[in-house]
Amino acid sequence: MTYSFQFRDVFAAWEFLLDGLILTLELSVVTMLSGLVIGLAGSAAKVYGPGWLKAIVAVYVEAIRNTPLIVQLFLIFFGLPSAGIKFNAETAAYIALSINLGAYSIEILRAGLQAIPRSQIEAGQSLGLSGLQIFRYVIIFPALRLIYPALASQFVLLMLATSVVSQISAQDLFHTASIIQSRTFRDFEVYIVVAGAYLLLALIFRLMFAGLYQLIFSRARR
Amino acid sequence: MIREFTFTDVLYLIAAMRWTLALTAIAFLGGGIVGLTVALLRVSTFAPLRWLGALYVHAVQGTPLLAWLFVFFFGLSIVGIEVSPWIAAAAAYSIYAGAFLGEIWRGCLQAIPRTQWEAGASLGLGFAAQLRYIIVPQATRLAIPPTVGFLVQLIKNTSLAAVIGFIELTREGQLTTATTFRPFSVYITVAVLYFLLCFPLTQWSRRLERSLHVAR
Repeated sequence: MTYSFQFRDVFAAWEFLLDGLILTLELSVVTMLSGLVIGLAGSAAKVYGPGWLKAIVAVYVEAIRNTPLIVQLFLIFFGLPSAGIKFNAETAAYIALSINLGAYSIEILRAGLQAIPRSQIEAGQSLGLSGLQIFRYVIIFPALRLIYPALASQFVLLMLATSVVSQISAQDLFHTASIIQSRTFRDFEVYIVVAGAYLLLALIFRLMFAGLYQLIFSRARR
Repeated sequence: MIREFTFTDVLYLIAAMRWTLALTAIAFLGGGIVGLTVALLRVSTFAPLRWLGALYVHAVQGTPLLAWLFVFFFGLSIVGIEVSPWIAAAAAYSIYAGAFLGEIWRGCLQAIPRTQWEAGASLGLGFAAQLRYIIVPQATRLAIPPTVGFLVQLIKNTSLAAVIGFIELTREGQLTTATTFRPFSVYITVAVLYFLLCFPLTQWSRRLERSLHVAR
């Protein structure tokens, strides 16, 4: 019962933790961008595309949203090599996270696109805008604004979910934690420190997204 | 020894689903109790209680579930408590689910117009009685679709308990892979089994949501 906490060993490995933190940041930011791209393309396909394309996107979205991320990760990292497709842990992590976030983004963005009143699109058509122009100038901006909070919180959840890639030994923040743990046996201290780091990251991302909202949507442009 | 991945293995995987479901049930029960407390704290009329609720939600929603699992599994042993994966998982998932359910339910409580509270107050009901007889019955109807939706998240996230050696569907998949060396077939099967659990719930949640909109 007399346990003395020692954070010294944990902080002594700070360079190591920093390396992990950087990969976690890279994974998060890159996945957010690719997830947004997949989300935009997929939601446009799901709302405006032809029937067969809608069906394909729907299957993708439901398959991903109804299975756990860790299983998707294992399937890509451990499963695909037996079909002759091999990735290193980091690449597999990028792919799995992007596929995962993409599916959630499609659903969120779809809700935004469908919330744009039909009359807005008709107004665009009556001005002689092409389909792509209507999407670019009439639909996308207000749609993004509507679903921005949902998308931002999904992105923060994704940042936390990147910790799962430690299970295929991608060297992210969480994985460095388990290595420090196995070296120092300071289990509790390591995980508390790492949990604090994630908390700080989540806070920074939330502030950043709030700032980004101000920057993009709060100007005179509506 | 390397075996083939046979139908028997599939049956074992199906059998392992019961631990996924059991963990989901425990997490939902524990998370429900914590969540109800959090939701009530968040709508309290006493500001420090609201702050406490908000602090809890932000702390839990800002840290990975994996960290909670590890803290409980490895961490509690240092205070002399020998922790089985069951206890660690139950504790971690209750904390995790409590934060999310608390936020969902707070939203439902707050969606009930202020005037409903005031109507209760004008009838001479106290805070607890207003909550019990006027707010909660209306909020429950709103709460069901998102709660079912969160249940899907919970089922999927029980897969993370595999990393502390809790034997459920994903862990069983790992064990089967280790003996059969058929990762692709095994994990596809595991994914299909999760899908069969989650998809009906997702559809149900969607239907509930739609009928709620019609009713309003």
